[in-house]
Amino acid sequence: MILLPCPWCGSRDAGEFSYGGELTPRPDPRTATREQWRNYLYLRDNVAGWTTERWYHRMGCRRYLTVRRNTVTNEVAAP
Amino acid sequence: MTALSDRVHLRNGHARPSRYSAFALLRHGVTGESWPLAWRTHEPRHSYDVVVVGGGVHGLATAYYLARNHGITNVAVVDKSYIGSGGSGRNTAILRSNYLTPDGVRFYDRSLTLYQRLAAELNYNVMFSRRGHLTLAHNDSSLRTMRWRAEVNKACGVDSEVIGPDDIKTLVPFMDTSTQTRYPILGALYHPPGGIIRHDAVVWGYARAADAMGVHVHQDTEVTGIDVEGGRVTGVRTNRGSIATNVVVNCAAGWATLVSDLAGVRLPVQTFPLQAAVTEPVRPFLDTVVVSGTLHVYVSQTDRGELVFGASVDPFASYSTRGSLEFVEGLASHVLQLMPSLSPLRLLRQWAGLCDMTPDFAPIMGHTAVEGFLVDVGWGTYGFKAGPVAGEAMAECIATGRTPELISAFGLRRFADGTLVGEKGAAAVGH
Ligand SMILES: Cc1cc2nc3c(=O)[nH]c(=O)nc-3n(C[C@H](O)[C@H](O)[C@H](O)COP(=O)(O)OP(=O)(O)OC[C@H]3O[C@@H](n4cnc5c(N)ncnc54)[C@H](O)[C@@H]3O)c2cc1C
Ligand SMILES: [Zn+2]
Repeated sequence: MILLPCPWCGSRDAGEFSYGGELTPRPDPRTATREQWRNYLYLRDNVAGWTTERWYHRMGCRRYLTVRRNTVTNEVAAP
Repeated sequence: MTALSDRVHLRNGHARPSRYSAFALLRHGVTGESWPLAWRTHEPRHSYDVVVVGGGVHGLATAYYLARNHGITNVAVVDKSYIGSGGSGRNTAILRSNYLTPDGVRFYDRSLTLYQRLAAELNYNVMFSRRGHLTLAHNDSSLRTMRWRAEVNKACGVDSEVIGPDDIKTLVPFMDTSTQTRYPILGALYHPPGGIIRHDAVVWGYARAADAMGVHVHQDTEVTGIDVEGGRVTGVRTNRGSIATNVVVNCAAGWATLVSDLAGVRLPVQTFPLQAAVTEPVRPFLDTVVVSGTLHVYVSQTDRGELVFGASVDPFASYSTRGSLEFVEGLASHVLQLMPSLSPLRLLRQWAGLCDMTPDFAPIMGHTAVEGFLVDVGWGTYGFKAGPVAGEAMAECIATGRTPELISAFGLRRFADGTLVGEKGAAAVGH
């Protein structure tokens, strides 16, 4: 079982959350070039190891949270 | 240059491995003589014309067609583990060509044509069983997509049609086609040319045939660096030393971004585990492949009688191949909605493999901005069926320096250009 640390609800089973993917910095939509915007949409680091990502507590407080997770071992840490 | 010792195996330019035949089987049976190894081991050379990273079906097929179709035999296939240790040895071996876009249909149909004659060509029994493939529709919108797929398929000369619950019941008598279920079955896309194959045999058959033509297969050889000078590939570094080469092909599937990072090429790929499970063997009762997108499940029965179950990818990206209880629980409840009489069956084992998912459920193939660094990745949950055609196309790409028409829609540039392919409707669950 993988537990995610929700700042509101405490440690909860990962099945209660939906996965938002790795945190990707968003370029300013007013100034970004088409290429920069598409890179933001599609390119991912896809790290094998520790990464920072967004999750949504779908079956709980319905808030977004940021989590550090090791993608090889699935260990989780608070950001 | 090919070493002389390898040359003696070559006959008429096309080498032949010692043939498997009924006579050879009898002779070995009578004399107790041991079989020659299907492929040899070598010390890595200092240089190769082509280094293929990843010894799954894609890497081995690329090497095989380089040698067979283009006479390029100074080729190494390197794998950090044993060949077939990735998705190629873990998939559920479903082959079909009933995709949604004409680009997809033509491409996968070519693969099925190559698979159809592969056993004879490789002199290796790959056990391709064309038993028909059913994708169930449980709501109007999936039925509509299936009609669309059937029409695109027919226009491309691929056999597919939409059938109703009565015909489904005739094909699969154990299916619950009543209207009393949570998700009643409204119809199905029936694709007679689809089927299953023996995945390990495909991997071993390609390795044996490539080896016989002079290709080196290096297992336990991990690529740890790719040398790029002035925008060109000059070599790879491995745990067994450096190798000079001007062409590197990334066939590393779930590890694709880690390999392309070494060459400084970023990919729109995320790695997700995909799980599968198998039951104890029972008598043959299911001779089609059954897929339900709504229930996220598919079933087929192997020649040994086991039922093979699969589903969609795990809910989050990971490089872990550990199975989960959530997966088998969900799987069991979904399978029983389709075929309630399976409830006494016991699951024997479950496993996972890594899938290199792209945003548009289509692969990424061909040249990149780094000269000499090619990719054949993004095979996600559906790439086993594409092994032969991808190998053939990548070999042509390398040998001619041009991108074959058949794969022109699958280039890496499409993400920057905004010309995505859009196969989600036909590839998200039914691999
Ligand atoms: C459970 C499951 C079910 C599936 N079902 C189907 C199906 O029914 N039909 C279908 O068509 N597809 C299916 N697939 C998808 C299919 O398995 C893959 O798309 C396909 O096998 C990919 O083949 P490949 O040769 O590209 O990669 P792989 O077979 O994954 O091979 C990649 C290889 O690269 C090696 N490697 C990685 N990094 C390095 C490095 N740095 N140096 C050297 N070697 C390296 C790995 O060891 C590995 O052997 C399924 C996948 C899974 C997991
Ligand atoms: Zn919460």
